[in-house]
Amino acid sequence: MNDTVSSPDPHAARRHWMSVLARAPADAIEAGLARDGGLPSWTVIRGPEIGLAMVRGRAGGSGSPFNLGEMTVTRCTVRLESGIAGHAYIAGRDERRAELAAVADALLQDPALAGSLHESLIQPLADAQREQRLSRAEKAAATRVEFFAMRTMRS
Amino acid sequence: MNAELAPGFADPVRAAQSCFRAVLDAMSHPGRVAHVAGVAAQSPLCVASAAVLLTLVDHETPLWLDPDAEPARRWIEFHCGAPIVARPEAGVFAFALSLPDLSQLSAGSHESPETSATLICQIGALDTGRHFRLTGPGLRSATTIAIEGLPPGFVTIWRRNHAMFPRGIDLILCAGDQLTALPRTVSIEEV
Repeated sequence: MNDTVSSPDPHAARRHWMSVLARAPADAIEAGLARDGGLPSWTVIRGPEIGLAMVRGRAGGSGSPFNLGEMTVTRCTVRLESGIAGHAYIAGRDERRAELAAVADALLQDPALAGSLHESLIQPLADAQREQRLSRAEKAAATRVEFFAMRTMRS
Repeated sequence: MNAELAPGFADPVRAAQSCFRAVLDAMSHPGRVAHVAGVAAQSPLCVASAAVLLTLVDHETPLWLDPDAEPARRWIEFHCGAPIVARPEAGVFAFALSLPDLSQLSAGSHESPETSATLICQIGALDTGRHFRLTGPGLRSATTIAIEGLPPGFVTIWRRNHAMFPRGIDLILCAGDQLTALPRTVSIEEV
């Protein structure tokens, strides 16, 4: 858990791949890992276990924090034969997805594998996620109501 | 740096519940030896120490670690999530590989004696060594227990702890996969 405290740069890279993995479907992660010569073997250190995390919000993004509600979170920690440990925290209760994401996190910390895995696994997933986000944003934008217009109509 | 990280309980819910029952039984029948399982020994921790730590210690219970137990620190922090405190008196639990100075640990206050520390102490063995005679609440008649690995002056140290009642330290002794408990209420004589 504390092993992420070092220089800010590897930190940012890991944060990026962990967030991509946290949103990726299990099958996609498995396919991305298997392309690298089959799945590696790993030991489960903790979990996968399901729990709750309190989500806090701020009204308007700048108000005082309040508890929005609890969400289901699944976490998992694994260790590869090389001794590298990987962690994953994902939304929902898909234990297999959490385990695979943790394996991917561990593999991505291995400098020998990071480059090719980034190409084969993280980049395609990140692209797919960005596309999905954009298409949803487009759909939402099409139905957007301009409150400004309503206000002028009323006066 | 992650190489030493090892798994905790294989089946966390069941193992923690059965270990909790073992500790409860041991506490209510001082000197009774209970067996625990469910976790691999985690050098320098024995099976019983590891299981008791996993069962009792969590993010709400500050833990003081004996300097000798330092190699286990990362494993404990990861699996228990407990804040490790530097001052012995700040710990709700204390873990040691040899009996520390009990007067350094928190003995609670007269208003709330339940806030005292519980010491989990790993010792040599619970079936050989010097024999002690226990009397007190939970024991219909005196019972005898063999403990290997306590310091020579233990009876005197314990008498001081017992005399503070209702304040005082509760002691859980772990050796291999066995544990026993000496709550502050028990009187101990060497035989």
